[in-house]
Amino acid sequence: MSKEKELQPSEKQELTADAEQTKEGPVYQPTVDIFESGGAITLLADLPGVKPDQLTIDLRDDVLTIRGEVTSPESENEAAVIREFGWGSYYRQFTLAETVDQSKIEAQLRDGVLRLELPKVEKAKPRTIAVKTA
Amino acid sequence: MFVRRVWPASPFQRAATMNPLRLRRDMDRLFDLLSFGEEPSAGVFPAMNVTQDDDRYFVRAELPGVQSKDLQISVERNKLSLSGKRDIPEEGKGVSYHRRERAGGAFSRSVTLPDELNADAVDATYTSGVLTIVAQKAEAAKARQIQVLAG
Repeated sequence: MSKEKELQPSEKQELTADAEQTKEGPVYQPTVDIFESGGAITLLADLPGVKPDQLTIDLRDDVLTIRGEVTSPESENEAAVIREFGWGSYYRQFTLAETVDQSKIEAQLRDGVLRLELPKVEKAKPRTIAVKTA
Repeated sequence: MFVRRVWPASPFQRAATMNPLRLRRDMDRLFDLLSFGEEPSAGVFPAMNVTQDDDRYFVRAELPGVQSKDLQISVERNKLSLSGKRDIPEEGKGVSYHRRERAGGAFSRSVTLPDELNADAVDATYTSGVLTIVAQKAEAAKARQIQVLAG
């Protein structure tokens, strides 16, 4: 029986000024999984602390932008004892292949994980082509 | 020793006008610029932020995509322990990954706090992927106002 793999800690990737935000505070790049199966591209992003009304997903000119606002849950009268990570918003941008059907995109945010389904435009789905013998 | 002040100054001034105290201060500033925002992590997952007020400790960790049934929290004296696992669900056959940055696996970590905790008064909530543990300090550890009697 193999021992279950242990999670390793990693520093949150902080972004430089490119993120262009209206609010003060650090901005982090969320970790993502992106995979593709026959009909769609799926993106999973870790966005802990982001509630659905703080999440913005934008797709224009084949650029997908994900932005999740996070406010620090610490109240004024809390004094820091240990600080190992920052509370900050998330931002990441991707350029998509043009094969996404924008009208059919679905997004779900649950327990800080965003699942974004990007169905491919019909014509890009793999089709088998029958080869006729002469 | 006469020192001519020049600002902004490089830490490396001409030897003839070098003021040792100034050099030390400038070198400290240079290292401050090079160091990064937060404290280095303890090297164990998950990263935690701990804060306190007079009566309670607040322990918060970012744990996206974890089932609360997969979390175990225990408290003993002034030590809080957290363990669990994060599952990344299988996505099925015929799936090809373009990027795979998220990891799943087990984690186990304790944090020792400056004050003893009241093990019967610990609350934990998990919302939007953030685990928040609020632990009351043991009565003896709570801050007390001391009355000063005149006379």
